[in-house]
Amino acid sequence: MISLAAVGKTFRKARVLDVETLRIAAGERVALVGSNGAGKTTLIRCLLGEYLHEGDIRVFGLSPRHDRTALLRRAGFVPQLPPPLRMPVGELVRFATGVGQGSLARIAEVAAGLGLDIGEVASKPFVKLSGGQKQKLLIAVALGRPVDLLVMDEPAANLDPPARAALFRLLGESAATMLVTSHRLDEVAPLVNRVVELDGGRVILDDRVEDAVGMSATLTARVRVSRAEPAFAQAMAHWGFDGGADGLAWTGLVPGPDRLRFLGTMSRYAGLVAGLTLEEESRG
Amino acid sequence: MTHLLLAARLDVAESARSRWFLLYAGVFGVLVALMLIFGLAESRVMGFTGLSRLLVTYVQVAMAILPVFILITTVRSIAGDREAGVTEYMLSLPVPLAAWYWGKFAGRFLVAFLPVLATLGIAVGWGLMAGGEVPWGHLAADLALLVSLIVCFLGFGFLISSVARSTDVAQGAAFFLWLVLLVFMDLVMLGVLIREHLPPELAVTVALANPLQVFRTASMMLFDPQLVLLGPAAYVILDHFGPTGWLAWGIAYPAALGGVAAGAGYLVVRRGDLV
Repeated sequence: MISLAAVGKTFRKARVLDVETLRIAAGERVALVGSNGAGKTTLIRCLLGEYLHEGDIRVFGLSPRHDRTALLRRAGFVPQLPPPLRMPVGELVRFATGVGQGSLARIAEVAAGLGLDIGEVASKPFVKLSGGQKQKLLIAVALGRPVDLLVMDEPAANLDPPARAALFRLLGESAATMLVTSHRLDEVAPLVNRVVELDGGRVILDDRVEDAVGMSATLTARVRVSRAEPAFAQAMAHWGFDGGADGLAWTGLVPGPDRLRFLGTMSRYAGLVAGLTLEEESRG
Repeated sequence: MTHLLLAARLDVAESARSRWFLLYAGVFGVLVALMLIFGLAESRVMGFTGLSRLLVTYVQVAMAILPVFILITTVRSIAGDREAGVTEYMLSLPVPLAAWYWGKFAGRFLVAFLPVLATLGIAVGWGLMAGGEVPWGHLAADLALLVSLIVCFLGFGFLISSVARSTDVAQGAAFFLWLVLLVFMDLVMLGVLIREHLPPELAVTVALANPLQVFRTASMMLFDPQLVLLGPAAYVILDHFGPTGWLAWGIAYPAALGGVAAGAGYLVVRRGDLV
């Protein structure tokens, strides 16, 4: 599916990418992690045919640079920072479907699943959307096309919990190979089954991740607190939880892949939490 | 072809919402409005009156505005798009590189040309309503010259944007190019070349190679067929090209130069990193 052999990239005299070998099989979900300057963006740009490089890269057996268009027809990309496009949303979607093979209806359907009504924002300049709306639209453009490879740079970073759950569900349904980059493993761990860490342009870790909870699973969470606390109530409201009249017993749904993040939120209120249960909902 | 049209349409949609475009279109709109308000079309200079007089002035003013405006806005927006991640995202979509590059060029041409066309259209409309005669031949020649000038400086802008890796460098290079062309257009500069005992052929070659000078003299010829205003240099032009030949050169040469520059820019893009 993806193979790299002796791939290197040098800017002026700085060697920013130096990968001996890396193979990613079809259907794998790989987290590409590393600090700033580790080489994640450079590697992605090489895979998308945007950078020239030393060595050999093959994606679907194609060269990213020489067979750029054929490769990109089968790949979707979600950047971490939405580009400051001034064009109306409708124009962007029309362009994406015009050059790719997706349909406007499918993109609108994916966007609706994430909580964005494309019809409502079609005439709005992309740059005027909120951060979350931009991210949802870019995800919809990537997932709304029939792609075999998804390259995403912290795709869930700007999303609210319901949209995150919808994204995890969509990714769970997709059979595409995924490459998800992040500075932090805990942000993307739920999405992947393999972790590749880069440092100084080199692969320093290549490991498997096993997860018993599926991408589309949902957990029912019940949290008891010793006293009502406004900050805690605000955090729980963000997760869409209901705290009853007294704010002491909270109940809500947590997307399976988001449970680490949820527990991370709970850890901030460890002194307040008197009880916590997480139960996977039975699948019908 | 479909991809090229899509890229062109996208660039028009993007540029039409830019501040630079609003300013650019506004400048031409205000210019024509001022010319009409202050009765420029009714004044008589060198025997020219009505729309002919307005066209002469319009083209000379356009020569001062178009090149620098097109150069700076083109390099700023293209290099700026690269720095802001716009190019990275758009080129992650399956659009062929040639369609993307030339589609952007076509879109940018439309964006640069339409305000010029629209404001000239307003002037012609006003002229017709006032019962004046429209000098169609003169108008067509002016439009052809303006198209050529726009293509020329768009080509330069695309080449600079392809070579320069940052907005600042691109902007500096664009401004420097404009300055060089301006200096070598100046008749004083050409006079110095001759006074310093450099071969007159060199001065004439410099003039003929400078697209601004070519545009200026070709547009001048439309109202001064003997190029009396140009002085002795007119003999070289008229002896070698003749009035029709010089007008054809004035239309073809800047456009060809811009096409070559844009083509060179495309080769640079194709052979290097895209972002």
